[in-house]
Amino acid sequence: MLENIDFVLLRELISCVLILAGVLFMLIANIGLLRFPDFYIRMSAITKGATLGLGLILLGIGVYFNQSDILLKVFLVIGFSFVTAPVAAHVIGRTAVQNKIPFWQKTNLKEFKDYLAKEHLEQVQSQDKYREQALKKKSDDAGT
Amino acid sequence: MSPFYLTLTTAMVVLSICLVLTAVRFAVGPTLPDRVAAFDLIVANVIGIIAIYTEFTNNEDFIDVAIILSLFGFLGSISFAYYLMKINKS
Repeated sequence: MLENIDFVLLRELISCVLILAGVLFMLIANIGLLRFPDFYIRMSAITKGATLGLGLILLGIGVYFNQSDILLKVFLVIGFSFVTAPVAAHVIGRTAVQNKIPFWQKTNLKEFKDYLAKEHLEQVQSQDKYREQALKKKSDDAGT
Repeated sequence: MSPFYLTLTTAMVVLSICLVLTAVRFAVGPTLPDRVAAFDLIVANVIGIIAIYTEFTNNEDFIDVAIILSLFGFLGSISFAYYLMKINKS
């Protein structure tokens, strides 16, 4: 039964399907990068789409070559890109928020503004606390 | 031309179109973080092109290039973000 199957053709077919799916995801990510209105939305589109597309393309390569060392290298690249893409996106997004890159006008920012107000309040409170402590220390020093 | 090579050629063409679209965003992009994001996507596209080229030529040495490129792409975007943070503070 197993002798009748053409394994080379089977591998080529599976590889074709995976590569086409991956390229489709890459194309969707690129169109998202070009068409979305806002930096943060673009960031989300390219992080998800490009990572999935790259993973599918590399998996297609690993299936086609059918060697353990190639598969190991492919899993290395996939694992590395799956770990680093969200980290890089998070760092760039945080930097963009700090640099005050404008949001899209339809973005619902209520929760974010509440968070910022809370953080600002906590900062002011802790600053007041430090100032009071410093004043107390000063008066103690002056008293002795 | 077998369907396999037809698929690989199609994938190469589509990825090249993707590269052009990303280059448009790289040129247009109103702010510097936009360009950093576009650079990230260019690196991902080039890794895909290298992977498909590996399958074209049947030469498995090119996979190493993809490993190194994924490492350097991460390093590049992180260092750009760090630089942006620094110039914001000073």
